[in-house]
Amino acid sequence: MTAPAVPLRQSTRKTGRELKNGLATAFMVTSFLIALVPLVFIVYYVLQRGSSIMSWSFLTDDLPFSNRRPGGGIWPAIVGTLVITGAAAAMAVPLGVLGGIYLNEYGGRGPIARVVRFLAEVMTGVPSIVMGLFIYTIWVLPRKQDGLSGFAGALALGCLMLPIVIRTTEEILKTVPDDLREGSYALGCRKARTIRTVVVPHAAPGIVSGSLLAIARAAGETAPLLFTVGIAFSPNFNVFEGSNTALPQQIYINAGTFGGFEAAQDRAWGAALALIVIVLAFTLVARIFTALYTRRAEAT
Amino acid sequence: MTTDASSLPKSLTKGSRPPGILTDRTFRVLALIAGLAVLVILALIAIYTTREALPWFREEGFGIFTDNWDPAKNHFGALGLIYGTLLVSVIALVLAVPVSIGIALFVTEVAPRSIRRPIVYTVDLLAAIPSVVYGLWALLVLVEPLASLFESVSDATASIPILNTIFADPSSSGRSFMTAGIIVAIMITPIVTSITREVFATVPESQKEAALAVGATRWEMIRGAVFPHSRSGMVAASMIGLGRALGETIAVALIIGSSQRVTSNILGPGDTLASVIANQFGEASGTHRAALIGCGVVLFAMTIAIGMAARAVVARAERRSAGTT
Repeated sequence: MTAPAVPLRQSTRKTGRELKNGLATAFMVTSFLIALVPLVFIVYYVLQRGSSIMSWSFLTDDLPFSNRRPGGGIWPAIVGTLVITGAAAAMAVPLGVLGGIYLNEYGGRGPIARVVRFLAEVMTGVPSIVMGLFIYTIWVLPRKQDGLSGFAGALALGCLMLPIVIRTTEEILKTVPDDLREGSYALGCRKARTIRTVVVPHAAPGIVSGSLLAIARAAGETAPLLFTVGIAFSPNFNVFEGSNTALPQQIYINAGTFGGFEAAQDRAWGAALALIVIVLAFTLVARIFTALYTRRAEAT
Repeated sequence: MTTDASSLPKSLTKGSRPPGILTDRTFRVLALIAGLAVLVILALIAIYTTREALPWFREEGFGIFTDNWDPAKNHFGALGLIYGTLLVSVIALVLAVPVSIGIALFVTEVAPRSIRRPIVYTVDLLAAIPSVVYGLWALLVLVEPLASLFESVSDATASIPILNTIFADPSSSGRSFMTAGIIVAIMITPIVTSITREVFATVPESQKEAALAVGATRWEMIRGAVFPHSRSGMVAASMIGLGRALGETIAVALIIGSSQRVTSNILGPGDTLASVIANQFGEASGTHRAALIGCGVVLFAMTIAIGMAARAVVARAERRSAGTT
């Protein structure tokens, strides 16, 4: 009450500003904590519920004939996930790397490269279920019952991976110093040889890392496989013939269609644990390659 | 080099081509073909899916813009699905964008340098979790507590106008537009965060320091220097997030509750273009299947439009910043 008016007002205004600043900072910290909550919960549930059913026979047995009762394993789905994702990568990675090479080494700022770059960006936004429908209409429908196969699923996953690989390859190639290219030209190498023996080897860890991240993303996809791979109860190592299955599909079926049965729920959690281990393994190896590339980029 | 090929001796242009030219050209053409594959695939998607969806457009006519989706009576109006897709995406954006901007600011402006990278990796882990695992968790763990939460929210707002229509009649199973919106929000947070973070990182240090030097608090500096510089980047990030949200399928299919109608009740069950395809395609045939493929075409068109708009926003921002600096 007796304090002089001026300093008091000054100090309240200052605290007002500081209060706002404090609130804003608190909001930023809380945002991060909010994002942590689902991550911690999901990891906890997948580990806890998944490990309770996890066993050697769960990993290596064929699918059960009835999802409602306990028993059976997920071996065919593990095989399917690896085979289908592998086939998708075998198609999309070479094509995507070549496309990235075109954008950075040949196309540059030309009109064709601009259009391709733009479309690749648009294509990363195409929903995975649309890719599934696309492969269904162009590949599965004309072949009737024979159309359902691991290969059809791989085509759909490949379409998802392609734009990601193209764009990451281009980004990595941009960071390759021009001195290296010029050094190669000075020694009389042509462009194709320079790219194959100097540019790509230098960028290799980065390209591998980008491709692995694309593979990890594709391995977790369910929607493109729903109408393309069919269903298989025993492992099918042949990508080109016969129906197949995959871990995401098994999680979807066990949680969705048979979600009311405890045995199916357990199976879904177990399959989720297996899937997350596979996806994280790819992601982790990708991180190692990224670190490798950053060190190499810093060295030159 | 002023000599053109025609003035050279024949032996030079034809027989003894310098070594490596052929591989050079082949490689160039191969790379070009790989680049054009993107264009070819996008064109094929548009052509093949539209062709298979034609029976739906023919039989339903303008009926595709009603919300009468009834496979038993062979009616397939997609308005309810388009509405559901937009509603879920808007809920997801409203929840995810502020949180993403908060995380991005936390990483770029607040957190000590040494823990920035771990924070980024942690948020990126959210993107590594497959969609179906989000769906599984939401369906078996989250819907139950959410159902009772919805119940109490609905009771609390029963006498407040507007709110009592939005929160009327919550779904007893916990499967609803809102549930799907929450899960999709979690799923798009990493991508929106990483784009806004990159945008914030491009704010010139000099502008931030100038704001701090005249006595601004950190928040005032952010409002005065960071936000104005990154406004269009934040818009583009939200649009890319919106594009992702529109197409999110499996998690939504598990928790939205399959009800193809237009309703203001966001705590009730609904459906989206993507989730109805996932849930009904297996047992569909004839017009029903054509209609579901048609839903894919509509979804494809929506995401392409959003993607192009986002690209345009980024291009305009790049041009403007190239002009000022």
